[in-house]
Amino acid sequence: MSDTVIPVHRLTADELSARTRRRYAAERRFRYYGIAALSFAFFFLIVLFASIVSNGWSAFVQSSFAIAVKLDRTVIDPDNTGDPNVIRAADYTKLARQALYERLGVDAESRPERRDANGLLSRGVDTQLREAVLGDPSLIGQTVSFNLLANGDVDALLKGAISRDVPEANRQVNDRQVAWADRMVEEGVLKKRFNTGLFTFGASSQPETAGLLVAIVGSFFMMVVVVLLAVPIGVAAAVYLEEFAPRNRWTDLIEVNINNLAAVPSIVFGLLGLAVFINFFGLPRSASLVGGLVLTLMTLPTIIIAARAAITAVPPSIREGALGVGASKMQAITHHVLPLALPGIMTGTIIGLVQALGETAPLLMIGLVAFVVDVPSTPLDPATALPVQIYMWATSAERGFVERTAGATIVLLGFLFVMNAAAVYLRKRFERRW
Amino acid sequence: MSTGMLILALVIIFPLAMFVGRTRAGVLNRGSQRLHSRPVYHGVYLALMAILPALFVIVVWGVAEPLIINNSARGELPQTVLDLPVAEQNLVMGVINNLADGYNRLSDDELAQMRAGADGTQRMLAAKGIFLPSAPEPFMVDVAEHMASAKMTSRLLAALVSAVAAILGFFIGWRRIAPAMRARNIVERMMLIGLLAASGVAILTTFGIVMSVLFESIHFFSIVPVTDFLFGTVWDPRFSAPGREGAGQFGILPLLWGTLFISFVAMLVAVPVGLFSAIYMSEYASSRLRAFAKPVLEVLAGIPTIVYGLFALVTFGPFLRDTGGAIGLEISANSVLTAGVVMGVMIIPFVSSLSDDIITAVPRAMREGSYGLGATQSETIKRVVMPAALPGIVGAVLLAASRAIGETMIVVMAAGIAANLTLNPLEPVTTMTVKIVSQLTGDLEFNSPQTLVAFALGLTLFILTLGLNIIALHTVRKYREQYE
Repeated sequence: MSDTVIPVHRLTADELSARTRRRYAAERRFRYYGIAALSFAFFFLIVLFASIVSNGWSAFVQSSFAIAVKLDRTVIDPDNTGDPNVIRAADYTKLARQALYERLGVDAESRPERRDANGLLSRGVDTQLREAVLGDPSLIGQTVSFNLLANGDVDALLKGAISRDVPEANRQVNDRQVAWADRMVEEGVLKKRFNTGLFTFGASSQPETAGLLVAIVGSFFMMVVVVLLAVPIGVAAAVYLEEFAPRNRWTDLIEVNINNLAAVPSIVFGLLGLAVFINFFGLPRSASLVGGLVLTLMTLPTIIIAARAAITAVPPSIREGALGVGASKMQAITHHVLPLALPGIMTGTIIGLVQALGETAPLLMIGLVAFVVDVPSTPLDPATALPVQIYMWATSAERGFVERTAGATIVLLGFLFVMNAAAVYLRKRFERRW
Repeated sequence: MSTGMLILALVIIFPLAMFVGRTRAGVLNRGSQRLHSRPVYHGVYLALMAILPALFVIVVWGVAEPLIINNSARGELPQTVLDLPVAEQNLVMGVINNLADGYNRLSDDELAQMRAGADGTQRMLAAKGIFLPSAPEPFMVDVAEHMASAKMTSRLLAALVSAVAAILGFFIGWRRIAPAMRARNIVERMMLIGLLAASGVAILTTFGIVMSVLFESIHFFSIVPVTDFLFGTVWDPRFSAPGREGAGQFGILPLLWGTLFISFVAMLVAVPVGLFSAIYMSEYASSRLRAFAKPVLEVLAGIPTIVYGLFALVTFGPFLRDTGGAIGLEISANSVLTAGVVMGVMIIPFVSSLSDDIITAVPRAMREGSYGLGATQSETIKRVVMPAALPGIVGAVLLAASRAIGETMIVVMAAGIAANLTLNPLEPVTTMTVKIVSQLTGDLEFNSPQTLVAFALGLTLFILTLGLNIIALHTVRKYREQYE
């Protein structure tokens, strides 16, 4: 029996250092992979924000003509009735056009000139004047200065979205209109002003009169419903599971359930809302109440998980102290544990709300994709939501809506940023180390 | 009085009853015998006694009323309608329901006009915000009138009965308030029941999801055979025009393929990037970089998916198409690649944050042993840390995959519409979620297979993601136990 001789190969110094170099190179490469991965994520994030901001910043300004409009009594209310219905039905477009003709020096006899001049104004100007007059009927007969909205094409021209180099035949605004617009810009009449309409208008087929108000109000109602329902239910469930629940199958089932619900695709919650709230309970379609209910069910797991974490973080000594001086278990929880867990619960709630505010898919299922012009006054009125409005604008073809879509996205991200900042502030301000 | 008003009334009654109960207990407290519970508990006790019975009445009423009224209305329908198929009967009932709603909003003149069967009824109601699918026939107006009056009576009765219940409850509660009563124990027991009920909402939600999706799916499968749905390779749900037979074809395979294909591309992006980010952050990064990088990655998770969808639609899709064109590749703007890459970026944080936790949980001793044997840091990670963390990482990846499969808005905006069985990532495909959205938005004709199929797709999606989640949560939990 001969011993197997293991051939020992002694590495030379050169080989050894070569191997070490290789290993160190591998080490550096590995490190670079990590840096590359992180940089990829950051790069993408920056590109994402840059693309949204560069597309959307121009939505916050809108071209308008600062013109004095003569609110002629003979046009608005010839019989001096003061009846709101008469005032409402008056031809305000005519007034606006008249004022513009005078300012531009349009030959009132020439049809093509008049048509081109009309094309400079938005179709929304009649609403603009009507609202003003209805709001203050004493304006009738006076000459009042207005910022009349310019047509979407003029707006695009001013923002450079319509190029002057395009031959006239292929351009939405003709040479005469361009010349007029340039003159008005020079005289300081036509200007890009802050776009208040973005926050005060509802849905519209013209980009210049389309705004987010309906969506913001709808989203607000939904958030109110979520806060009113999800927070009490979520906190109650968390208290039960952390403080009272015996360890048994039922509790296990609830826990597995909550974890799984947190990972169910949001669109499935939309199907639930459609089948249960709309078809079974007969709640109205397109109502923000239904949207709020669906979002409540969706955010509930997030809030329960966050509230449980906050409750567990309260040290047992607090409970024992309370019980020791004769409090009942319920008193120990409501008087001591919950107030101490409150900051954590609020942070979790805000995170849940952020999630709910950005959610789109389930709302599409329950008919919140509606063309709603009137601002909803109750949660039962038809409404839309911010992200859904983004979706609707993104899928419409006009150039003016591209900028508005990105503008609406900036508004949505702004809301989310503020809420997140609030959550971070709460955490920093009230964080307690035991 | 509507249900909402009744509940509002109870909300107002609650603090009032509480105040009364507290004052009463306070008065008793001045007597010779000391109170068992503090006055505030007596107050809450009285308030609960006042509103709970009434609330019970309102809820039961709200569920039972439509059932009873609809049933009795159905009994009044003429035989000709009763002979129709159920779907058409439902249509008639729908018109009657809408008419009945209209009764409260019409003036007497308009009502007379409607009873006379004038032509303009439909338009008149539309002006009041009630839309009828067809002009009402005289018998419908009759039934609707009965229904409307039955509803009125029922509302009044509901208000009356709940008021009686509230008063009775309040009275009994008032009588029971006594120094010896253990108000606190009763109130606390009620609270405990409330807490238990709240934790049951999660179960109820799951139950609701399963039942609603399952119920409508069964409905769908009674029209389209299960085998055609599961094994069909053609997706073509034509909206059947009047006079055209056939419901179209509902093969799920092209959609399932599209979903898996896009998710696969997304995972190709998210897994390496997420994993390497996690490794770098947990093993190499200084604490300052970590404090900066972790929140930034979480921002990626916090951005609403609609924003990613918009980015894919207006920036990334056209960019890919143009670059492809520049190097002679024909890339569709809504290709698998567009949706997949953007979705991949979205799920990077899901992979990275969970992996980060898992890698950090690997005990320090294992790393130190490896260093002691002379291994470099990367060798330690590759040979020691990764194998130890593998089950947990697999769980994280599965969770991310289930996110990708269920993701909706990115694919709705950036993926294709046409169902397409292709292996080419430069062509568009469509997914299950896209089809759920497109089948259910717009005008709905319920009970048609074209809309019901959305629920069958939803069921498939639910089962798929649930399966992935259960496996993932199980592996992650097993892994945690191993090192705790």
